Amino acid sequence: MPETSRRGLLFGTAAVSAGAFLTACTSNEPKSTGDSAAPNAQPAADDKPGKPVTIGFAGPQADHGWLNAINVNAKSRAEKYSEVTLEITEGSNDTAVQIGQVKTLINKKVDILVILPADGKALTQVGLEAMRAGIPVINLDRVFASPQAYRCWVGGDNYGMGLNAGHYIGEQLKGKSDAKVVELAGIDSLELTKQRSQGFADALKNYSNIKLVARQAADFTVESGQAKMAQLLQAQKKIDALWNHDDDQGVGALRAIQQAGRDEFVMVGGAGAKSAMDAIKADNSVLKATVLYPPTMAASAIDLARALGQSKGVGGLSEMEIPTSITLYSAVVTKENIDQYLPTGFS
Amino acid sequence: MTQPVSSAQHNGPDKGVLTGPATAPPSKKQGGPRAFGLRADVRNLSLLGVLAVLIAVGGITEPEAFLDTGNLQLILTQASVIGVVTVGMTFVITSGGIDLSVGAMVALASVWATTLATQEYGFAGVLFTAVVVGLAAGLVNGLLIAYGGMVPFIATLAMLASARGLALQITDGKTQIVTVQSVLDLGLPDSYILGIPPLVLVFAAVTVVGWLILNRTTFGRRTVAVGGNAEAARLAGIDVRRQRLYLYLLSGLCCGIAAFMLIILSGSGQNTNGNLYELDAIAAAIIGGTLLSGGRGTIVGSVLGVLVFTTITNIFALNNLQSDVQQIAKGAIIVAAVLVQRRTLRNGET
Repeated sequence: MPETSRRGLLFGTAAVSAGAFLTACTSNEPKSTGDSAAPNAQPAADDKPGKPVTIGFAGPQADHGWLNAINVNAKSRAEKYSEVTLEITEGSNDTAVQIGQVKTLINKKVDILVILPADGKALTQVGLEAMRAGIPVINLDRVFASPQAYRCWVGGDNYGMGLNAGHYIGEQLKGKSDAKVVELAGIDSLELTKQRSQGFADALKNYSNIKLVARQAADFTVESGQAKMAQLLQAQKKIDALWNHDDDQGVGALRAIQQAGRDEFVMVGGAGAKSAMDAIKADNSVLKATVLYPPTMAASAIDLARALGQSKGVGGLSEMEIPTSITLYSAVVTKENIDQYLPTGFS
Repeated sequence: MTQPVSSAQHNGPDKGVLTGPATAPPSKKQGGPRAFGLRADVRNLSLLGVLAVLIAVGGITEPEAFLDTGNLQLILTQASVIGVVTVGMTFVITSGGIDLSVGAMVALASVWATTLATQEYGFAGVLFTAVVVGLAAGLVNGLLIAYGGMVPFIATLAMLASARGLALQITDGKTQIVTVQSVLDLGLPDSYILGIPPLVLVFAAVTVVGWLILNRTTFGRRTVAVGGNAEAARLAGIDVRRQRLYLYLLSGLCCGIAAFMLIILSGSGQNTNGNLYELDAIAAAIIGGTLLSGGRGTIVGSVLGVLVFTTITNIFALNNLQSDVQQIAKGAIIVAAVLVQRRTLRNGET
């Protein structure tokens, strides 16, 4: 096609330069700020090097901020200990793939396994297999179906999140009659959403002046947070408080609040994203607090794995052995204590 | 309010007579553009009826929250992003194809356009990147389908997977906050022109241009011809492959524009953006009267389909119905809308 060659050349050049520009645009490295503050700068209770321990770590695909923070926390914690070797698998949401990965780690004869299952029930068998092979399993957050499948479970408290959010809001609205509260929940088909909502409802029952007037479920995405919040605000012309289950979707919710020009209420977030913490610190929006679902649990799991591998207990308790289950506290982060928690915020 | 539906329903004197809907389309297809235009009008009329019923329901159940300008702005804004995607999808379906990758392309374009590096180029950088990434993904789809001989379902399914994967790789699962003020401002009330949000204006513009292209240009007629009978179109001298390439490019372009709109709306880019857009867009187009097997398409119908869906969601949310009820009712309403439509159509024909 000789007659199209000039046009082709022009188009080709444009395409190549556009391509070069676009490739440069995939970078997400901040240009100037060099402070990618590693979470959990504090050392463990006992950080003297001990017996070498190899820890195998298998988690789901880090497709959203919190899960990504789990990986970062596990890695950076393991790096703190010179005697700890971390064997970390490529995260996967596919149960079959994750089972394969755990089996590989068992075959490699790691000393301890830390498993955050994509689906707790589905990974129970492979957890049992590891325990039978003599490898203690630390089950992270999503619990296995059988206690025989893990040596220790460590995870967050979804019910407690709702409870603490409800109590914080209750205290904020004390003395206000006929206070209206709105709830922006996460994915409704998840057990954890039901637990969070139950905790929230139970806490609000302690305050007779408060009524939960509306609840909508978003799906943990910014887009859904914006859409559902916009509708909630349209439905409720005046509210006193809002609890949003998840800070990721909270980015969208805050955008909707800004778009609706509303500021008459107090907003409480959930999970503890850095963007939410920054907003709380800046104190220039309705967002005044967030209830943690701390990703630092991954760092704690590494600590527990190391202690197990070295046959030690945990500091601060008089027990000889590590407990079988540790439920983390969902702290309420406000402007007053923000500096303490800011390093754990995830993006 | 319910006038259009009831009048349309009683339009035909012999609505009890079976005209055989299964055999009707082929004979109608040969009836030429005039006959089709009539069908499309009847179809759109019945969708307008559905919309009117919905508005009545919304107005009765939540008069204060539903019937005000703020809510109208809200419904139109929320329809705008998926609406633009649906316009592109309508073209592809009309040509007998399908594009399953629209949601993934929106996600990819929105995260690529909101990386820190892109944001340094400001408004133009974000807009340019969103559109070019959409076009590039559409180009790949088009090449694979038109010249690689791949089935659209498979090619765009592959694009769905890889574009989502690439989006995840770029973001690393993080939410990318937009800091370019001129982009953010477009989503705020101060930027509304005569009370109309800019996003709605873009949606309107895309709709008008889409309608003009489909109904008033050679490109549009070729699209319909390729969808009706690709072999006949080829024998009539239409470069079918090039036409298909252009159509997937067009869908990619719409996704790029939609991605930019979504960035404005949500003030961020996330790899989970555009979740299940493919299903919403296909459903809206089909409800609107575009034939899934190709050869017939209506932009007005698609836009009405989008508005019906958005209004349903809005009414549910305002009535504080939970997502389980919403999903059940949404399914029922889709069936009801299509049934009403078939009935009106049958009556309109006779």
